[in-house]
Amino acid sequence: MRQTYDAIVVGAGHNGLVNASYLAKAGKKTLLLEQNEVVGGAAITEELLPGFHFTTFSYAISLLRPDIVQDLNLVQHGLMILPMPRTFQPGYNGEYLLLGSDAEENYHEIARHSLEDAEGYRELSFRIKQVCHALHPIMDSIPPNIQSQDPSEIAAVESLKTYLEGLPPEVSGMIKRFYECSAAEILDDYLQSDLLKAMIASSGIIGSHCSPLSKESGIVWLFHKLGEYDGQLGEWGFHKNGNGGFTQVVARAFQSFGGEIKTNAPVSRVLYGDSGATGVELMDGQVIDANIIVSALDPRQTFHKMVDPSDLPADLVASIDAYQFRGTAAKVNFALAGLPKFPGLGDSENIFDGFTNIGPSINYLEEAFADSQAGRFSRRPFIDCCLQSLIDPDLSPPGKHVMSCFVMYCPSQLTNSDWEAEKTPLGDAVQDTLEEFFPGFSELVIHREVVTPKDIQSRTGLSQGDIFAGQLFSSQLFTHRPAPGWNQYRTPIKGYYQCGSGTHPGGCVSGGPGKLAARQILGDCSTQSI
Amino acid sequence: MPKRTPFHDCIAPYNETEIWKRWSGYLVPPNLQYSIDTEYYAIRNSVSLLDTSPLFKYRFFGSDAVGILNSSMVRPVHQLENGRAQYNIWCDDNGFVVQDGVLLRLAENEFLLTAGEAALRWFRQAARRCSLDAESVSDVSDQYGILALQGPHARSVMSQFDKDSALASLSYFGVAQLEIANRQVIVSRTGYTGDLGYEIWIPSGDAAVVWRAIIEAGAGYNLTPIGTTALKMARVEAGLLLMDVDFSSSRFTFGPSEKETPNELGFHWMMKNLDSDDREFIGRQAIEKEILSGSSRWTTIGLTVDPQSYVDRFQSAGLIPDKGNVYCESTHSLYRRSGQPWDYAGYATSFLYSSLLKQPIAIGKLPRDLATPGTQVNLEIEVARRPELVTATVSRMPFFNPDRKTQVFSKQEVQDASDV
Repeated sequence: MRQTYDAIVVGAGHNGLVNASYLAKAGKKTLLLEQNEVVGGAAITEELLPGFHFTTFSYAISLLRPDIVQDLNLVQHGLMILPMPRTFQPGYNGEYLLLGSDAEENYHEIARHSLEDAEGYRELSFRIKQVCHALHPIMDSIPPNIQSQDPSEIAAVESLKTYLEGLPPEVSGMIKRFYECSAAEILDDYLQSDLLKAMIASSGIIGSHCSPLSKESGIVWLFHKLGEYDGQLGEWGFHKNGNGGFTQVVARAFQSFGGEIKTNAPVSRVLYGDSGATGVELMDGQVIDANIIVSALDPRQTFHKMVDPSDLPADLVASIDAYQFRGTAAKVNFALAGLPKFPGLGDSENIFDGFTNIGPSINYLEEAFADSQAGRFSRRPFIDCCLQSLIDPDLSPPGKHVMSCFVMYCPSQLTNSDWEAEKTPLGDAVQDTLEEFFPGFSELVIHREVVTPKDIQSRTGLSQGDIFAGQLFSSQLFTHRPAPGWNQYRTPIKGYYQCGSGTHPGGCVSGGPGKLAARQILGDCSTQSI
Repeated sequence: MPKRTPFHDCIAPYNETEIWKRWSGYLVPPNLQYSIDTEYYAIRNSVSLLDTSPLFKYRFFGSDAVGILNSSMVRPVHQLENGRAQYNIWCDDNGFVVQDGVLLRLAENEFLLTAGEAALRWFRQAARRCSLDAESVSDVSDQYGILALQGPHARSVMSQFDKDSALASLSYFGVAQLEIANRQVIVSRTGYTGDLGYEIWIPSGDAAVVWRAIIEAGAGYNLTPIGTTALKMARVEAGLLLMDVDFSSSRFTFGPSEKETPNELGFHWMMKNLDSDDREFIGRQAIEKEILSGSSRWTTIGLTVDPQSYVDRFQSAGLIPDKGNVYCESTHSLYRRSGQPWDYAGYATSFLYSSLLKQPIAIGKLPRDLATPGTQVNLEIEVARRPELVTATVSRMPFFNPDRKTQVFSKQEVQDASDV
């Protein structure tokens, strides 16, 4: 007998999990299908070496929408986001910046480099907080459809304009700067120290095909600041047992609402007819029926692979063709026999209480990007390191550590080579770079795992290994994510929806797309006969 | 001049903030790191180490020890087994709570007691009232330092010292004696965090040696020395009361409005066997009268604040909600949701935005008709310098109660843990 559900969610990445949980909570009989053996998508934790647990892909949390925690009772299912109070930026010749959670300490730390910057940093941080505060409602609402002639949509566009125009001029001015300027340009307004500017500018390039001097870096930077840690805007945390620990929490929540998970169940296509979606067909030929099908995959898979694009409006297909996927990053994860040491800071452990940022100048980041433009990985890469076992001792055996390194730039398409050949050289380049800043680093290495953009693509299904399921550029955010007119989680096929990071608000472990898509679906259910 | 605990010089190098405050006249750090969250999460995620030496410490020794304790404590002490600890309270003749403390029974005629305020004279007077030997009670406050080792990895750390498996199967509120770095210490599986943990009594002269040994044993487990603020945050989640915050000692309060009875503080469980208990402990008659007449004025309850209601108040004022490091000991008023504005009902103390539970919680006092779990009241907070009301729901305490706190470990498991 064929199985029948109210709703099937395709892809158990964190957005698929969140979406499925909301649907199940609303009483829909919901099935979540995952091609891999474990749920989590790009948010998984793997024990690759006995006792060493690696966050294979994504590795920290900030943008998680707080209402999801409440709505899905995530605390009850084990949510525990640990603070990452510091950022360490090593420089050359013993120079460094170590910023933490205390504003006065940060003032004096920056004052070692520039007195004016110490003040400028505070001013800039506050301005960013104002902007984030102003934009929070937008993160948590379904964006208007700018192509719709529906009076309610026209009104929504108008009310959004009114909202933005009503913001204090210093806030709207700053939002405009983020949209129109590079991170470097904005930083020049406030700061002089190259070390400090590079530290901050790194937020403007994460996962993105741009340098801090590229215009797009402004919006990418802003995006990474839109989260919070317990109301402290822009702060990041680390989930107990890594982001895989987080997705396991959501999976438990989903099951507690009666949801069913089927792993090792890749979907070959979504089934639909004139009256809309009718079910899915698995790779093994099994057909499962449901009138609500939600794709948590990226837009290319949602519109090109799961359904026949020739059944879709030409403008949507063209938009999806033009939608930019760029693989830009790799992960190199280390098992270490001890803590790395920074010359001059001795045995200081607390430098690793958060992110360690390798990229000591704007020029360094710029040169790293130039390699990528030439079709090769950065010889001297930007590395965002996180010694997670120092925060969560359960990730490694006592005294030993795991260190997650997010590495840029690593273009998915290499000009004169391929990732099979470049895997080891990339690992070496990262290790050599770390050796330069932390002499003796290589001797600590017990194990090294290199995850190239190709690996990201093949294991998670993200096109080109784009960690955001589509670049976070202003041309493909908000009303344009993933395409104008199709930014409200619906698709042209009735009952077929999208909820991945390729929809608003976008990438990172925010759960926002999953939540807002569920809101749309459940709204449609109450007004239409789905 | 403020006094220093036996661990002062051990802690000082960890005190990044260099802030010290006084606790019973001793210097203690409220927080060692700037990130109090980091210290708090050591309690819930790895393992924390806190110096609680400023507690007053008393030894009851000799054939009158049980008699003195039985004549003053609300819970019967003669039933406490050797090698066990108990949380207990003592009252005045009017049945108001004087203090609370943890009592360890080391031997038939030997006990140790911690107390938040001085209590030597109080217990000696109690002895004299019953013509028992007052000298059975002695102040050993300066003879011991106490360390609280609390958190999920507390057992991983302690098992490294457990050569004779004295700790291996130590159950919740069990007491054992063992050696750390060749120094004799007394360990109880107790704590003020509501988590898995131990409290360790260390002869003052051995304090530094034992501190170093524990720090070394914890190196692989993110053992984090913490200050008192993180402890206080954890104890709210554990639903544990703090004297001078959630109640006042009846000894030094002027009138009944400042005093509270055991029933009013939620300690009725201590008195459930009064019928079969023939002791004449101080305050018993008044307590029995209160129970019989149902004259308790308050019920101590937990309050959970609806997170959305909380966030909304701030957002409608254009502010970012206060969440990080919100721990407040001052009084928040509670009101009935009766339709009448500002209809006073009671008060909350110990208001915490719990980072773990992702919502504000508090310990409150409400009249009995509002004290049923699930009842909603309004709680007053300050937003943009104005009073605002948020919805709070009466709930049972503890707010957070992990299985590991009371988990029974077999000897084999402990062995396995120490092999890792």
